[in-house]
Amino acid sequence: MTKVKITIGGINKKAGSSKEYKTGSWRTMKPEVDIEKCIQCFKCFDYCPDGAVKKTEDAIIIDLDYCKGCGICKRECPVKAIEMIEEEK
Amino acid sequence: MGEQKGMTIQGNMATALGAKLCKPNVIPAYPITPSTLFPEKLSEYIADGELDAEMIRVESEHSAMSACIGASSTGARTCTASASQGIALMHEMLFIAAGMRLPIVMAVGNRALSAPINIWADHQDSIASRDSGWMQFYAEKNQEGLDLMILAFRIAEDERVLLPAMVGIDGFVLTHTVEGVQVPAQEDVDDFLPPYDPPHGKLDPEEPMTFGSLGTPDFYQELKYDQTEALEKAPEVIDEVFDEFEEEFGREYNRITPYKCDDADIILLTMGSMSGTARAAVDEMREEGKKVGMAKMTVFRPFPGDLLKEIAGDADGLAVVDRNISPGFGGAVFAECAGTFINESKSPLMKNFIIGLGGREIFKENFKEMYEKTKEAVEAGEVEKPVEWLNMNEDVMR
Repeated sequence: MTKVKITIGGINKKAGSSKEYKTGSWRTMKPEVDIEKCIQCFKCFDYCPDGAVKKTEDAIIIDLDYCKGCGICKRECPVKAIEMIEEEK
Repeated sequence: MGEQKGMTIQGNMATALGAKLCKPNVIPAYPITPSTLFPEKLSEYIADGELDAEMIRVESEHSAMSACIGASSTGARTCTASASQGIALMHEMLFIAAGMRLPIVMAVGNRALSAPINIWADHQDSIASRDSGWMQFYAEKNQEGLDLMILAFRIAEDERVLLPAMVGIDGFVLTHTVEGVQVPAQEDVDDFLPPYDPPHGKLDPEEPMTFGSLGTPDFYQELKYDQTEALEKAPEVIDEVFDEFEEEFGREYNRITPYKCDDADIILLTMGSMSGTARAAVDEMREEGKKVGMAKMTVFRPFPGDLLKEIAGDADGLAVVDRNISPGFGGAVFAECAGTFINESKSPLMKNFIIGLGGREIFKENFKEMYEKTKEAVEAGEVEKPVEWLNMNEDVMR
């Protein structure tokens, strides 16, 4: 079994610790963006249920620490710039 | 050592006075019969300038316990009171208070649960939250209600325990009955109960921490084990604090207090206000030469199985009296007593008597009947009917 550290009442003496909890590990499929095709309409940003799409100056970046691989971004992309590929672990 | 002051007061007033002596910082409460006088008295103390505390008037018992959890997390000494449906409504928050290891103390005016709606004495309300992880104390009289509030805070806040506690006084039989009590001097309670300084962390904007966070399958079980272990180790602290209290204030408390049990063949196990009646019945039966004793259980959680074995291990019969019912099995105390003796080579035969539900009176004659029925089982060498309901109206029209 793994080694875990517990505290009385599960109190975590650090604030904002949820940021360290990377939920992207659940993913089985991950999105891959073809930046050449991207028209920066940011529909993927609007539709991502997890806020895992980050806007940049000229394109988008998917935050794989939190992306669950649901594929909504791929479905909504009007220029088919996003492909879902199998996660390699 | 200051002098104790004699007062003649109702049970709710006794628990409220006990709470006041502990100088709580925050009191979130939603009044409910029969414990309404508790928040009323405490708000009066605050209004009169006798107590410096924050009274939070909430919209439900669920909110009352939620506010208790928030307040206690900041390191505030926190108390509340409730009963019956109120405790049922705060049920989910009770587990959270215990899981977060917050030493909240709640005065309970023990009352039956609906349906049918009933406001009278019954232990079902606190018994139904048995598995929440709270310590549970039951008072026989108003004096015990007052003392147990002070004891509950001291035990709950001990760094070896850090768990919430309920102090139960039977609805109306104690909550609304006037009795004489000795009230300890404030300075002595101050010495007995130092200010609460949570050793496990507190909510503070200057030093932010995470409370009540997610417990994934990776460590949920370990946290529950840790919490359970704290409750199971609490008897050591309870005994120590009870002893110290007796030294300071002259009143004896035990997790179970035996009465005439040493040579008893049959022992009656009671909880709450019924204990006085049982004691009187034991005295009368003793005069008739019957070898009977009674044991009063003051601490129901953590369950005092070790003491029960010492007290009743050599008896022929144990009559467990339950003012509650777990439909489909029997009384909750009975189930735990049976569990206590499960692996013992010697165990008393056990009978369970369900009595006094919804405020039904419990008489001396009822305890005598329990003795006779248990004696019969012992003589027959078998228990034909383990669970029996006593003091029933026989002529019921259906």
